[in-house]
Amino acid sequence: MGVVVYVPKDSASLSVGADGVAAAIQLEAVARGVEVTLKRNGSRGLFWLEPLVEVETTEGRVAYGPVSAADVPGLFEAGFLSGGDHALAHGPTDSIPYLKNQERLTFARMGVIEPLDLRAYQATGGLTGLMKAAGMAPEAIVAEVTESGLRGRGGAGFPTGIKWKTVGEQPEPQKYICCNADEGDSGTFADRMIMEGDPFALIEGMAIAGLAVGATEGYVYIRSEYPHAIATMKAAIGLMRAAGYLGADVAGSGKAFELHVRRGAGAYICGEESSMLESLEGKRGMVRAKPPIPAIAGLFGKPTVVNNVLSLAAVPTILAKGAAFYQDFGVGRSRGTQAFQLAGNIKHGGLVEKAFGLTLRELVEGFGGGTATGRPFRTAQLGGPLGAYVDDDMLDIEMDYESLAAAKAMLGHGGIVVFDDSVDMAQMARFAFEFCEIESCGKCTPCRVGAVRGKETVEKILAGREVAKNIALVEDLCEVMTDGSLCAMGGLTPMPVLSAMRLFPEDFDRAPAQAAE
Amino acid sequence: MAMTRQNAAPISGGDPDPVTEAVDLICGRYGDRPDALIEMFHDLQDGLGHVPETALKPIAKRLNLSRAEVHGVLSFYHDFHTKPVGRVVVKVCRAEACQSMGALPLIAQICDRLGVGLGSTSAGGSVTVEPVYCLGNCALAPAATVGGVLHGRVDAERVAALVTEMTGEAG
Repeated sequence: MGVVVYVPKDSASLSVGADGVAAAIQLEAVARGVEVTLKRNGSRGLFWLEPLVEVETTEGRVAYGPVSAADVPGLFEAGFLSGGDHALAHGPTDSIPYLKNQERLTFARMGVIEPLDLRAYQATGGLTGLMKAAGMAPEAIVAEVTESGLRGRGGAGFPTGIKWKTVGEQPEPQKYICCNADEGDSGTFADRMIMEGDPFALIEGMAIAGLAVGATEGYVYIRSEYPHAIATMKAAIGLMRAAGYLGADVAGSGKAFELHVRRGAGAYICGEESSMLESLEGKRGMVRAKPPIPAIAGLFGKPTVVNNVLSLAAVPTILAKGAAFYQDFGVGRSRGTQAFQLAGNIKHGGLVEKAFGLTLRELVEGFGGGTATGRPFRTAQLGGPLGAYVDDDMLDIEMDYESLAAAKAMLGHGGIVVFDDSVDMAQMARFAFEFCEIESCGKCTPCRVGAVRGKETVEKILAGREVAKNIALVEDLCEVMTDGSLCAMGGLTPMPVLSAMRLFPEDFDRAPAQAAE
Repeated sequence: MAMTRQNAAPISGGDPDPVTEAVDLICGRYGDRPDALIEMFHDLQDGLGHVPETALKPIAKRLNLSRAEVHGVLSFYHDFHTKPVGRVVVKVCRAEACQSMGALPLIAQICDRLGVGLGSTSAGGSVTVEPVYCLGNCALAPAATVGGVLHGRVDAERVAALVTEMTGEAG
């Protein structure tokens, strides 16, 4: 069988040449007459080291990266197949501090196994949760999830168990589980990693949810920007069905659960749950007014669990290891772990799964190593395009739902986008409005019109026209949007705008345009 | 409502046109389920390069929707083109994470090198450049797709080279 070499096929790894590296390794092995078994794993999430090549040695897996196809002959020369030293060597993968210092529960298997190897999935603890759930009363499954303290990882932070309980209590015979995989926030990629790198975990979580609430059908709504995730999820669903973990009799429970994949079509708003449901029904992704909440009248008007990928993918661990185990991680009312995603202008961008409560500084400076450009840190946007910007003084903030809310920021989907000192915050405020203008579904006026007027007004500020008056106008507009919008698109667009104005007033203090010239 | 559609005349007396043929094939694939409309648009665009206006009527007929409803869905989603696009489509991310790594000047450089404005197609129809908001490659920003293939840490030179490779023309 020869030496086992891992080259990730996560789309981020592919985007920097992983396929070329895999091909080069095979060619070089043939040329040298050595036997190599190439495995295509998910990514470990250390993206600055991608393509990260791992070799299975007697001392465990050792890592090399970032490897280019041109590096491959040199790696063979250095004896990398037996863990030989090389400029790109990082030693045992599990000892790389970035990885070693994490608390990986949901991402424990990430990058370790081949994504569609069901046997490897099971050998690394997969399906234990589903098998347990199959023998439990639905109420007991819901209770376990409630006790774990799991809250919605999509951004809203609503307790998952409570949502499930509401759906479970509805008398309607037809219920649905919908997974929101429309991961549109800039700075986030954790959902994509799960779907590409550990798809069975998400499917297992959805099947458990189905058993818990009595739903027989589920949909995964995946954004079209993620073709690899779509393909991998479809293949994984087929394998799970063939193995009896989906279909008429889920894991011997006697209960049915069928799963379908649906593609999004480039609309950010479809990450909003009611808009996603409209889209799943084949309609324009227009936000629905609430009530009724989806748990009572969701997809096709039936009771529906809508959960984010990360919420559902956390469930197998909770069932397998118990609510108390999961509860043990975290602080206050933020229990368990969060998949933080370090992105943008950051030296060591990637995925960091840690218990809630570490500081932003530990993430940005500790794990992230500061900016990629080497220039001073200026700001980070937390929680996607609708999240707040923070400054230096806020780096010691604890990363949990409550601490962030108290600091007028939010966790969102866990994305952290770092900017160096070259950023113009007035331009970022303008962009927040522009993005809202492009992506608003148009249903409510504060969002549809507010975004346009907001952009125009910031443009006046940028041009130095009646700055103080226009700043007051933007503040006023933000209040209207916050209070008067139907959903988070219009309701939270003020968050990046107001935080930028509050923390970086100097960027808004524009001199009037040189009209004299 | 359905009454008016029953009167819809066949497109022509002879062979069905290729668009109607594609619509029949694709709608059939999804059992004419209206909730699969977006999937149908994707399949049509994958096959024809865009979703022509002439597809709306036959789709509406098969799904028992009004043409306005079908048009409404088509026009809502950024992914769908109703006019032909370039042989190679370049999508460059201009969301925050990519902006933090210089996406805006990058987009200007790419457009400059390819001789095309953002959101439009080059004169010869070889390349279309479009903005996109997040490709999920935010730790390897700036990101772009060329002909549907994702690339990380891109610069204008690399994008232009990839386009040339795919079109066989100098950028």
